Formats: sequence, structure tokens, C-alpha cells
Amino acid sequence: MTTTDDQSVGMDYLESFPRRFLRVYFPLGLIICFLLFPFYWMAIATFKPDAEMYDYEKYNPFWIVHPTLEHIKKLFFDTDYPLWMWNTVIVSVSSTFISLFASVCAAYAIERLRYKGSRYVGLAIFLGYLVPPSILFIPLAATVFQLGLFDGNLALILTYPTFLIPFCTWLLMGYFRTIPYELEECALIDGATRIQILMKITLPLSLPGVISAGIFAFTLSWNEFIYALTFISSSENKTIPVGAITELVNGDVYHWGALMAAALTGSVPVVILYSFFVEYYVSAMTGAVKE
Amino acid sequence: MAVMAESAVAQVKRSSMWTRAFESRNFLGAMFMVPAIAILILFLAYPLALGLWLGMTDTKIGGVGRYIGFGNFVSLAKDSVFWLSVFNTIFYTFAASIVKFAIGLYLALLLNERLPFKSMVRAIVLLPFVVPTVLSAIAFWWIYDSQFSIISWVLLKAGLITHYIDFLGDPWNARWSVVAANIWRGVPFVAITLLAGLQTISPSLYEAANLDGATNLQRFRHITLPMLSPIIAVVMTFSVLMTFTDFQLIYTITRGGPINATHLMATLSFQRAITGGNLGEGAAISNAMIPFLVAAILLSFFGLQRSRWQQGGRD
Repeated sequence: MTTTDDQSVGMDYLESFPRRFLRVYFPLGLIICFLLFPFYWMAIATFKPDAEMYDYEKYNPFWIVHPTLEHIKKLFFDTDYPLWMWNTVIVSVSSTFISLFASVCAAYAIERLRYKGSRYVGLAIFLGYLVPPSILFIPLAATVFQLGLFDGNLALILTYPTFLIPFCTWLLMGYFRTIPYELEECALIDGATRIQILMKITLPLSLPGVISAGIFAFTLSWNEFIYALTFISSSENKTIPVGAITELVNGDVYHWGALMAAALTGSVPVVILYSFFVEYYVSAMTGAVKE
Repeated sequence: MAVMAESAVAQVKRSSMWTRAFESRNFLGAMFMVPAIAILILFLAYPLALGLWLGMTDTKIGGVGRYIGFGNFVSLAKDSVFWLSVFNTIFYTFAASIVKFAIGLYLALLLNERLPFKSMVRAIVLLPFVVPTVLSAIAFWWIYDSQFSIISWVLLKAGLITHYIDFLGDPWNARWSVVAANIWRGVPFVAITLLAGLQTISPSLYEAANLDGATNLQRFRHITLPMLSPIIAVVMTFSVLMTFTDFQLIYTITRGGPINATHLMATLSFQRAITGGNLGEGAAISNAMIPFLVAAILLSFFGLQRSRWQQGGRD
């Protein structure tokens, strides 16, 4: 599929500005407000002192009169939050790299070596992509326990690739397909081995694909919840999403300020990474659907 | 010269077995597949089979289970909470998917217009999908709070309601609340993928239609929809699968409450298997989701085949 880059003015000039405003800008603005409001609300609650947070009569809930860092301080110094952040980083980075390595090899073999039965293996890997974690977590918990990995980072590092590898392989297969065969044939004639071809020709040419897969895989593992909730039991081994839900609620006492601070600071790293690689992220997301 | 040639021949002979192996595509292909296949068999295929087996046993956490055939399913069939969770899952999936599709398609059409700062707008629209679901669900939890809900406050100030809405305390309020949160999270995915599909439609089709005097609605009905239908089918299949097996939003916002009114099959299986310790029963509930998932996948697969055939493509 090709994207048409249409520079023509079209028939837009026939439309008056107020009409266009009503037809396009107004509904678009409305939807964007709906999509962004929870983030605004998260940020407001993070920097709001408790006195203002629970008193809507005296203070306008949409604004902060005396901004405070009290919730963030509480989160960073009175809870295991820094450890959760560290675990999340370790788990996301390691599982992303493991998945990328395995997927590059698998996609190259399926797409370029075309060994006997490679079509069926490719299809089987795609089917693996359709297996949702919520039907897998119970037997996987048993497997993780049998292997003695329970309640450690390794449990997550090894299980996240189950949903990352099918996705990355499928995406990379699409990228490898676009590289002309002739380049590889030239290299073969020049005496290059298959591994040299992969490292020096195929990979550099499909770098955008590898980056897309890596960024998407990283955000997927940063966001993962159900495995982390099931396989981790002690506070110091938890990831941010699990820690925030399980450790910041004491019985019926919700520390709303700290919860919101955790939600905000846990989202910021992904959002920063995303903002640098938006195009790659989008191409990974749409690429996986289009194939 | 001759010596050199001789040694080269010897070298070729010595290494020929390895070289041949490494030049054989089947052998090399198998070697390249090892890391991926090892992980997928150990942590995907094996647990999948184990799950099917666990669903037919009475395994408890820390104990060895006994094979009881369809015993779990028989007891689930009499369990009103299980049937409630099936109803909730279907309601949740349908309600959320229909609205996600409608808003998502509308948003995609809006984003396909000529806009200032288009790529920035697109990046912002995708944010709810990028941010960890659990963390944004915490924000929704606070938005739906019974005493400090901002929605209630605004509606109260506007004079539309007389007392605060109990969003998560009443069964139907709770159901619609989680559906709304799911829509919020899913719309960006639908919109951006459909936008990618819209951008592949050649503008010349619209120009031709304009010349023929087609109205906006006719252009949408006779060009946009047919051209977009294959990608709509794929996107909506993904969206339905993700919604049907959703866990995070429900677990964060309601934990299945009030009185099981928002329990989905995924959250119920977690509650029975991990919180309650009945691994076998929980696995049976997860397994009960499989027929629905297979049906959804087959439906979209055959739908795609048919639309391809209609457009004159090969099977």
C-alpha cells in the first residue's frame, strides 16, 4: 500500500471559514478535549495539596491555588516507587532486546532463507499474536512456578517475548520483503556468508523497521499488567502499574495524590520516548494491522 | 603456485561439511529459528496446552490436580456469577466496539482533512493508546469517585442533577462507566489505523465523483466505505479481541464490583484462579473465552475473503 501525498488544493476553497469551522475544527476540538481530559486531571491532582483536592466549595477543582510537590515527594521517598521504576526499565529493555534478536533471526529465516515449511511457521507465529494474555496467564503462572522463576524480574523478561516476538517477527517480515533480492545475490557472489548478509545488508536497510518494532515492543512491555500482577508478589519486585494499584491503596484509604503522581510519572517516560519516535510508532501500529 | 592450489583444495575439503551445512537453507533456517521457537514453545505453546488440561482438573494453588473431565464446566453452567460475567463481557464488547468504531471512523475522516499542525494533532490523538492503560485507568477511577467526581460537580453546577452520581456503586452506572473508559482508550487505535487506510485511497476517485456531481454522503458511501472495508474488518477484529479479553481497566476501576456487575470473564478467572486459588476453575473460565475468540477471527477472515473476491482479487 502506498500513501498518496496530495498537494492539490482540492475543492476546499469553495467552503467558507465558519462552515469549515463547524464541520471540521469544532468536532475535532471536542474529541481532542475528551481524549486529553484524563491527562489534565491526572496532572492537576498530582500537584494539588490535599486541602484543595477534597474541597470543591472553597477552591475551583479545575485549577490549583498552591501547587505542591508533596505527593511526588511521598511517592519517591515513602514508597518503593523508585524500585518499581527500576524494575520496569530493566524488564522492558531486556525483553525488548531479547524479542528483537529472536525476531530478526526468525523473520530473516522465514522471509529470506525460505527453508522448507517456512510459510507455515510464519502463519503459526502470526496465530501466536492472536493469543491474548488473559487466557494464558493462569497456565503461564504454573509454568513460571515450575521453572522457579516466580517473583523475580526474570519471570517477566522471559514471558513478555511471548506477545512481543510474534508481533515483531510479523512486522519485520514485511520490512525484509521490501529489500530487493538482487542485493543479497550480489553479496553471495562476492562470497559473503548469510550472517554477514544479515548484519551488513539486510539489517541496515531495514533499520526503520527494527526501530519501529523496538519502540512498539518497549511501550507494550512498559504497559503490561496481567503477567506482572500474577507472577510478582513482593513489593520490591513489582513494576509501576502493579505497584501503583496494589501498594498505594491501604484498605479503604486511597492516597489519591500519590496515586495520581504515580500515574503521571509512570506515563512520562513512555510519552517522551513516543514523542521522539511518533512516525516509527505509528508505522509499527498500522503495519501490524495492514499486512 | 601449485602448493597454494593444493592447500586450498585441502581446505575446501576439510571445511566442506560445515560450509555445506551452513549454505543449506534448511539447516541455516532452523538455526535462525531456534531463539524464537524456543521461547514460543516454552512460554506460549506449552502453557496454552497446559491451560486446556488445567481446565479439566481441580488443581488448587500449591497442590496437584485430579482429572475431572468437564466437571468444571458443569459446575460453571450452574454458576450465576459466571453467566453474569459472560453477559457483561458480551455487553462490554458490543457497546464499546460499536462506539469506538463510530467515533474512530469519524475522527479518522476529520484527521484526513487538510489541517494545520496535522502530524502534531495525530500524535496527540494517539496518546491514550500509548500511555499505560492501568495508569490512565487510575485517572478514570478518580474521575468516577463517588464524592469528588468532577463530572458530578460540573453537572451539579449546571443544574442538571440534584445530587452526586454514584458512578461505580450502581450496576448499570458502573457498566457504562467502564465502557466509557474503554472507548476513551480504544478510539485512538481505531482512528489512526483507519486514517492510514484513508490515506491510501487515491484522490482521483474523489475528483471523478466530484465531476459526476456526487454529494459528500455519496462519496463516503460509494468510495470511502468500500475502499476501506478490508482494513475496517482487520481493525475491528483486533479491537473486538482486545475488548473481549480486557482485564486491566476493569481490575483497576471496579475489580468486578459492584456485586459482580462488571466482572468480565478475564477478571472472574483471575479472581477464581489467583485470588481464590482454584487454578482449575479459573483456567476453565479462560478456556470458555476461546470459542468466542475463534468465532470472531473466523468471521473477519471469511468476511475479508468475500470482500477481496468481490473486488476481483484472487483468493
